[in-house]
Amino acid sequence: MPTFKVNVVIENKPTIRDPEGEVIMRDLMVKNGYTQIKGVRAAKLLKIVVEASNSEEAKRLVSKMCDELRIYNPVVSVCSIEVLGA
Amino acid sequence: MRIAVIVFPGSNCDRDVHHVLTDVLGVEADLVWHADGSLSGYDGVILPGGFSYGDYLRAGVIAAFSPIMREVRRMAEEGKPVLGICNGFQILVESGLLPGALMRNTGLKFVCKWVNLRVENNETLFTRRYSRGQVLQMPIAHNEGRYYIDPEGLKELKEHNQIVFRYTEPDGTPSERSNPNGSLEAIAGVCNRRGNVLGLMPHPERASEAVLSPSGSTDGLEVFRSMLDLGG
Repeated sequence: MPTFKVNVVIENKPTIRDPEGEVIMRDLMVKNGYTQIKGVRAAKLLKIVVEASNSEEAKRLVSKMCDELRIYNPVVSVCSIEVLGA
Repeated sequence: MRIAVIVFPGSNCDRDVHHVLTDVLGVEADLVWHADGSLSGYDGVILPGGFSYGDYLRAGVIAAFSPIMREVRRMAEEGKPVLGICNGFQILVESGLLPGALMRNTGLKFVCKWVNLRVENNETLFTRRYSRGQVLQMPIAHNEGRYYIDPEGLKELKEHNQIVFRYTEPDGTPSERSNPNGSLEAIAGVCNRRGNVLGLMPHPERASEAVLSPSGSTDGLEVFRSMLDLGG
């Protein structure tokens, strides 16, 4: 069976403050002259390799796992799943 | 009365809690390894502080899937006292036994200091020896203690009197300064509706002997005495 690379990005819901992103933007980027930067959100990236018969199945499996095992916390976070290919 | 103190890989307050229970209060307590299936024969359970599974992925989430949590859930459903301290609180919210979430401190730093806490609800199994509005001194030591819950959840917490402790000034008034981690409404501890499951970020076991406290506070001891329903 082929394997697929799947990226899972976990970040705070848009309504919830992200102090890490705010500090990176304000104290590193903007303070050092990159005043064009208008937003930064810090996130966690999991690079997953999964065995599946096709990319749809790979995405379905990873999505189910993320919900079941609380890979992200639905109270405060959103998670986006992208299949990069075999 | 026999209490189980659960030990996860990375727990580090298990022995402190065990010491307070056995040496200070003289009750029977055991350290129970999280992979050892059963909690039958115990009247209460404590999830201690620490860094279970190195806080990997998110503080408490991996421990929340440990086999022992089925037993902890059963005891919660039976109405027995279930106490989560610090990482134990994080495990309880990750396992869904308590509502809300604990996020990284707004200051982005690990905060270790003594704080003032106001008792908001003295009708839980853990706070019945306090009076409502009483201000306690206990230490905190955490990086992920910023309590969050969505607006509907907060409304429900208030409706069912589930906010148990708030961070305040020494006189009991809330302030920006006295909130050490950015918790919503300065919430430091919450319980389930029934009042038999409590989670709090501060460490009552570190405020149970005068010799270990800069102010001589033993305020934390009453959490355990309440839980054990000790008279006197």
